[in-house]
Amino acid sequence: MANITQLHINGTAYSINADPQTSLLSVLRDQLDLTGSKYGCGEGQCGACTVLIDGNPRRSCITPVGTAAMKQITTIEGLETNGQLHPLQEAFLREGAMQCAYCTSGMIMTAVALLNSNPHPNAQQVSQYMEGNICRCGTQPRIVAAVLRASKEVAQ
Amino acid sequence: MSDKSFVRDPLLLAPVMRDPAAPLIEPERYEFHASSAYHFALQRRDFFKFLGAGLLVACVAKEALAFQESGGGRRQGSQSLPREISAWLHIGDNGVVTVYTGKVEVGQNIRTSLSQAVAEELHFPIGKIEMVMGDTKLTPYDMGTFGSRTTPTMNLQLRQVAAAARDALVDMAARQWKVDRSALAAVDGKITDASTKRTVEYAALVKGQQLTQLIPTEDPLAPATEWKIEGQPIAKVDGRDFVTGKHKYPSDQRLPGMLHGKILRPPSFGATLVSVNPPDATVMSDVTFVHDGDFVGVAAASQELATRALKSFQAEWKPAADQMSNKNIFDYLKTHAANDKGEGAQEVGSVEQGLKSADHRLKQTYMVAYIAHAPLEPRTALAQWSGDNLTVWTGTQRPFGVRSELATAFHIPEENVRVLMPDTGAGYGGKHSGEAAIEAARLARAANRPVKIVWTREEEFTWAYFRPAGVIDVTAGVRDDGTITAWEFHNYNSGGSGIRTFYDIPNQRIQFHETKYPLRQGSYRALAATANHFARESFMDELAREVSMDPLAFRMKNLKNERLRAVFEAGAKKFDWGRKKTAGRGFGMGGGFEKGGNVATFAEVNVDKASGDVRVVHVVTAFECGAIVNPDNLVNQLEGANIMGLGGALFEAIEFENGKILNSRFSKYRVPRFSDVPALETVLVNRTDIPSAGAGESPLMGIAPAIGNAIFDATGVRLRSLPMVPNGLPKA
Repeated sequence: MANITQLHINGTAYSINADPQTSLLSVLRDQLDLTGSKYGCGEGQCGACTVLIDGNPRRSCITPVGTAAMKQITTIEGLETNGQLHPLQEAFLREGAMQCAYCTSGMIMTAVALLNSNPHPNAQQVSQYMEGNICRCGTQPRIVAAVLRASKEVAQ
Repeated sequence: MSDKSFVRDPLLLAPVMRDPAAPLIEPERYEFHASSAYHFALQRRDFFKFLGAGLLVACVAKEALAFQESGGGRRQGSQSLPREISAWLHIGDNGVVTVYTGKVEVGQNIRTSLSQAVAEELHFPIGKIEMVMGDTKLTPYDMGTFGSRTTPTMNLQLRQVAAAARDALVDMAARQWKVDRSALAAVDGKITDASTKRTVEYAALVKGQQLTQLIPTEDPLAPATEWKIEGQPIAKVDGRDFVTGKHKYPSDQRLPGMLHGKILRPPSFGATLVSVNPPDATVMSDVTFVHDGDFVGVAAASQELATRALKSFQAEWKPAADQMSNKNIFDYLKTHAANDKGEGAQEVGSVEQGLKSADHRLKQTYMVAYIAHAPLEPRTALAQWSGDNLTVWTGTQRPFGVRSELATAFHIPEENVRVLMPDTGAGYGGKHSGEAAIEAARLARAANRPVKIVWTREEEFTWAYFRPAGVIDVTAGVRDDGTITAWEFHNYNSGGSGIRTFYDIPNQRIQFHETKYPLRQGSYRALAATANHFARESFMDELAREVSMDPLAFRMKNLKNERLRAVFEAGAKKFDWGRKKTAGRGFGMGGGFEKGGNVATFAEVNVDKASGDVRVVHVVTAFECGAIVNPDNLVNQLEGANIMGLGGALFEAIEFENGKILNSRFSKYRVPRFSDVPALETVLVNRTDIPSAGAGESPLMGIAPAIGNAIFDATGVRLRSLPMVPNGLPKA
C-alpha cells in the first residue's frame, strides 16, 4: 500500500508522508506537532489519545493512519473556535476537572462524542461512557460534573 | 566531548537481590536525604542581564544572611548571591512579576497555590505572575518536590519574599514622594498615597533599577484570618492551556533535527548482556546504534524506525539466578530481615507488662503488595548536547537530582548540565529518578543530534520502581473497658513513614525492619504511611470488636490528640456514623495524621455475597491540614487520594515471576476507573491558627482500612492483605 500523504484534521488538509500502518497518534504528534493527543498505553486502554474520526471517538494510538485518510479527524486543538472554548472545555475549567491534566484532552474528546450522540446524559451514563478513559489522579467525579454541566449549557 | 566511558545510573544497576547494607543511592525510599553540594550558576550581574532591570528579592536562610552581613561570606553588595537562597522573585519594569522556585508541578496544583502566596503578600494580580519552576539553570537549588513540603516551606518562603518586595516598593515610593511610608498603601500592583491621590505602578517604580534585596526567612506575614487570595478556591492558573491541548508536557517537547530513541531492555531483571549483534545495514542505515556495557540503544528519525531497528537485534542475555515470584513475597520479606532496628524504632514502657495487665491479647499480620505508580505520562526525556554542555527536558520530581545523575553519568561538572521540568503528567512519588534523561543523553551524544525518549507503558510498568511490598505484625493487649495496655508493631520492608501510633498507649514497641527485597522499590505518594495506617486502623477495628465496643468510641477512648479527634468527629457526623445499615452493606473507618495532615475516612461498602462483588458506594473524608490555602484544590486532592488509594486497597498489585512483570499493561494491571468511583464527600476543617501543611499525601491513608473495616462489618470476613479483593470477596 502506498504511503499516506494527506490528512484532514480540524478542517485543514495536512501533507504528511507515512506508512499506512503507522499509528495516527504518532503522525499527529511527531509529524504534525499536534501534541494535544497523548500517548498513555499504546493499546487503546487509557483513552489519552482519543480523537474523533468522522465524529466517532477513536483511540489514535491503535488506529493505523491508513484507515483515517480521507476522513475528517478532530483533535483537541480543533475544538476552540475563534478564541471561544467549546462548552466542554469551559466546563472542565469551571469544575476544576483536572490535576496533572494529561488525560484531559482524551476525556474532553470522548465527552464531545458522548454529547453528540446523547446530549442529555445522566451521571451514570456519563460514567459508563467514560469507562475506557483513565484519570490516574482521580478526578473522575469532577469530570462527570463537567460533562453534566456542559450538557446543560449546550441545551440552553 | 568527554572520552571517558559512560557510567550508568547506579539505580539501574541495582542487583536483583540487593544487600541492604550495600551503599545504594536510593533517596526516594525514605525521601529525606542529605542535599548535594549546592552550585549556583548565575552571578548577580547576570541576573539583570537575563531578567532586565527591576527589583530582585531573594529569600535566604537566616544564618546565611548573618554570615554574609558579618563579612564572613560574600557580601550583599558583591556580584554573586549566597548559596542558601531558596526562592526569589523579580519585578520587571515591564510590569511582569517572575517567581523562581525549584519546586515542580505534577498535578498537585502548586503553580496555582504558590502564585496565590505571591499575589497575597505582594498585593499584585495573580494573573500577571509568572512562575518559573524546576529549571536548574534559572531556579534556586531544591531537593525535590516530595514529602508534602511545598506548602509548609515554599509557600511560606514565597510569601516572605513577596512581603519583602512589597515593603521595598513602599519604601521606594516613600522616598520618591518624600512622605512617610505609613501614609502609603500597596494595592493591586500599585502604591497609592491616599492623602494626595497619587498612584504609581510597581513597574514604574523599578524602572531602570537594578536593585537586589536579601531577606531572612522570618518576616512577619498576614495571618490566615486576613488572607484575601490565599484561602480562596482559585482555579488552575494556566488551566486553559490544558483544556486546549496547548500545554507542552515533557513528552511533547521537540527540537529541530530531533531523533527518537529506543532502549534494548533485558528480558528479565538483573539479566546481563552476553552479546549483541546489530541488524544488517538495510535496517541500520540512518539509525544511530549505541552499545556501551549493558546499555544498548538506537536513535532514528521516527519512533517506528527506531522500534523496527531495535526489534531486529540479536541479543543474548544471561538471566540472574534466584528470581522469585509475588506468590511467596511475604514469606521472603519476613525471613530476610537484615536488622532489628530501623527508622521509627521506639520503646515505651514494657510491652510484656502491658500484655500481662490486659484482659485480651490479640496478634495479627497484615500485608501489602507491590504496586505501581502508573502516572499517565510515562518517563520521558529530550536531550541536547552542545559541546560538553547538556540540556535535558524531562518529567521528574527532582530536577536537581537528575542533574547530578547526568553529571555523574557523563563525567561532566554539574554546571554543564541544565535540566528543565515542564509541568508533567503526574508522578505520585514515582518520578524521583532520571533514567530516561540518561538514556536520551547517551543516545544524543552518539548521534550528535537531539534525542527524545518516551518510555512505553510496558517500560514504565517494568523499569520504573514500585511501592514496596511489606509485612506488618501487630500485637496488642486491651482491657475489658477498651483501654489499650500494650502495642507492638513491626513493619518489614514497606517503610517507617507513619509507623508510630497516635493512640495513647503506655507500653509500646514499634520497629521498622529493612529486608532484602526482589524488585526495585522507592517512594510512593504517602509512602509506607498507607501500609502502616492500614495495619493499625484495621487492628483497632479488630480490638474494638474483641471488647464489643463501637469502633469510633473505642478510638476516642484511646486518643487524646485534639486535631485527630476533631476530624474523626467531623467525619462521623457527616457520615451519620451509627445509623442502621441495610442488607449487604457495611460501614468502616480509618484515620491518622502524617506530614501535618489529619484525616478520618469513613466508607460504606456493598457486598454481593453470591457473586463476591465488592463495591465502595460512599466515602466521607474529614481533613485538616492547618490554614487552607485553596479549598477547591484541597477537595480535589482529597477526592483524588481516595480514588487512587481505593485502587491499592481493592485490586492493584504487581505480579512478577522469573524476573518479569506479568501485568505490565493497563489491560492487565487494573487501576480505578469511573465505575469504581464511589460518591465522595469531604469535610474540610480549616484551622487558620495553624500553619498550612501539604495535602497531597496524607488523605490517602484512611481509605484502605475504612474499606477493609466496612467489608468486615458487611460480611464478618476480615481481609488483612492489600489488595483485598482483586478477584472479589475470597470464598470462606
